[in-house]
Amino acid sequence: MNSLTETKRNPTDWQGPAMQKRIARRYAAERRFKALGMAAVMLSAGFLAFLLVVMVGNGFRGFTQTELPVDIDFPAVTGGASASQFEGPNANANLQSMGLREIVDSSIEIQYGPDGTELFSPGGWTAVSAMILNDPDIVEQKTTIYLPVISDIDVAYKDAGNPEAEEKVRELGDRFSTGFNWNFLSHSDATDPMQVGIWGAFKGSLITMVVTLLLAFPVGVLAALYLEEYAPKNRLTDLIEVSINNLAAVPSIIFGLLGLAVFLNFFGMPRSGALVGGLTLALMTMPVIVISGRNAVKSVPPSIREAALGIGASPLQVVFHHVLPLALPGILTGTIIGMARALGETAPLLMIGMRAFIATPPNGITDPATVLPVQIFLWSDEVDRGFVEKTSAAIIVLLLFLLTMNALAIYLRNRFETRW
Amino acid sequence: MNDDLTMQEASESANMTDSAPTDMASEASTPKMTARNVNVFYGDKQAINDVSIDVNMDNVTAFIGPSGCGKSTFLRCMNRMNDTIPIARVTGDIQLDGDDIYAPKMDVVQLRARVGMVFQKPNPFPKSIYDNIAYGPRIHGLATGKEELDNIVESSLQRAGLWGEVKDRLHDSGTALSGGQQQRLCIARAIAVDPEVILMDEPCSALDPIATAKIEELIHELRGKYAIVIVTHNMQQAARVSQKTAFFHLGTLVEYGETTDIFTNPREEKTRDYITGRYG
Repeated sequence: MNSLTETKRNPTDWQGPAMQKRIARRYAAERRFKALGMAAVMLSAGFLAFLLVVMVGNGFRGFTQTELPVDIDFPAVTGGASASQFEGPNANANLQSMGLREIVDSSIEIQYGPDGTELFSPGGWTAVSAMILNDPDIVEQKTTIYLPVISDIDVAYKDAGNPEAEEKVRELGDRFSTGFNWNFLSHSDATDPMQVGIWGAFKGSLITMVVTLLLAFPVGVLAALYLEEYAPKNRLTDLIEVSINNLAAVPSIIFGLLGLAVFLNFFGMPRSGALVGGLTLALMTMPVIVISGRNAVKSVPPSIREAALGIGASPLQVVFHHVLPLALPGILTGTIIGMARALGETAPLLMIGMRAFIATPPNGITDPATVLPVQIFLWSDEVDRGFVEKTSAAIIVLLLFLLTMNALAIYLRNRFETRW
Repeated sequence: MNDDLTMQEASESANMTDSAPTDMASEASTPKMTARNVNVFYGDKQAINDVSIDVNMDNVTAFIGPSGCGKSTFLRCMNRMNDTIPIARVTGDIQLDGDDIYAPKMDVVQLRARVGMVFQKPNPFPKSIYDNIAYGPRIHGLATGKEELDNIVESSLQRAGLWGEVKDRLHDSGTALSGGQQQRLCIARAIAVDPEVILMDEPCSALDPIATAKIEELIHELRGKYAIVIVTHNMQQAARVSQKTAFFHLGTLVEYGETTDIFTNPREEKTRDYITGRYG
């Protein structure tokens, strides 16, 4: 049979048309694959570029505010207040008793007519009090202060708003100016989009991340080291491994429910606090760190362990002097991924009350706080159109936070990286 | 194969050499390490079958034999490196200066400092040359100050014949050295903790002939200061560096005696076959 087919076989025609066709088909397949791959890369790059352009385009306006000038003749309206009143310990009391709001309102009415105050953001006058505390000398002179307009006019001036606001913008056209919205970086949530700020949510995110890192990193690394270096390989450790892998795949909102049930209801920790948020996110981050940590520990060459054992290092010394330093870059990579996921997480935090309206930045881990993604979620839900650009601006802050965190982690990873 | 017979012959030959008058007889009667009836199992598989052997201070002892004959396994029993393999089980009796190294009161960490090891593949730590040598003395607290540590590093490197080549770049990475230098660094690292026995597991198999010659020269110089046991595939190497040779085959010790006897006048047919290159 074998010899029969052998004899029947014709000599291969390497130059024949069938062969040429096959070659052409192979080349075409290669070209197709290349083109598809490039198309895929271009598509993802395009989406990213689109996202960035839209975000930066919209978000940039969130960092600016539309202002109108207000001339305040302090000596006239205050009846000769002196700068020294607003210095030292009594400054705040004196400021409150001078009726600044009325002073500002009356100045506005003089220049913009009896309905003039309706042009301005209701909380705008507080900027004047901050200004006085900063530089008391202005109460002894006539000054021009730029105050933010109401949200409707702000939207109308920057983009297209409702007809009334558009009318006002046409009317006062050349008197508007645009200033940098420092409030946005230093204030917290507010009901007026002209007064909102990202600082509270930013600080909340920062504190929550610190709690998460302090808990998830050591626990995750120790668990990875123990499982990889010490634990006997048996059914129990197999079960633990499977559980950890499953834990990493559990939807995040379920961790939120767990946090609600355990930390809030059972342990009675303060609701909405960064502590509970951090704990919940740590539960979510830990499996990621354990898995990547185990892989990193596994990839440390056994010859290094043998070398250390061979000169009489104890197992603990082997782990902490040799294995951990060599595995650290890999562990840090996993930590970056886990922390980045935790930073962007919204769902579990909604469950534990971090979606509350929080107008003062948290000062500790138990203070009510919110975080950047939750703040973005809350603002995106607002009716007032002024919140649209604030949402985009908050997204930019969140992305910058994320980039900074990743850059730091990559820097650390490269520092610890050992070249063989 | 008749195991009992082999065992008997092996111990006979060991006894013979022990009592035989040699040119270095002074300490030959008090062996540094003794192994009696050692068996090693990996799970159900028996890797070492009833091996008894003595290692002397003044001799370099070579273990030879075909691949998979158990010589490395036996070597790793001598400083309990086999403990790191969960399925490995050792029975029998191995003593260092009369103390059972498998006794519960024996501290493995200290044992491994006293019985140092050099591995097949050079495995310096990815640290500086200085830190490679200083690591052992540091963890065992052998140096009280920076100066003493410097001295240990220098003397260890000098003994390993590496000082002249690396003295100007002690803070470069140990992994940047050539293969032969790395292996000498590993020997220096083993010497630095002041061991009594040095086990070498095919230390030259990853090296070129020139680097091999340097290591062999080094083994000659270290002889007498440490009890040295070397596992080698290379019979010429065994003949060059050792005074005693043990021939392993399929997990048993076939013959143990003076290197010159083993190579010129082996008692066992298997040994003769292996020496003359009929198998292995």
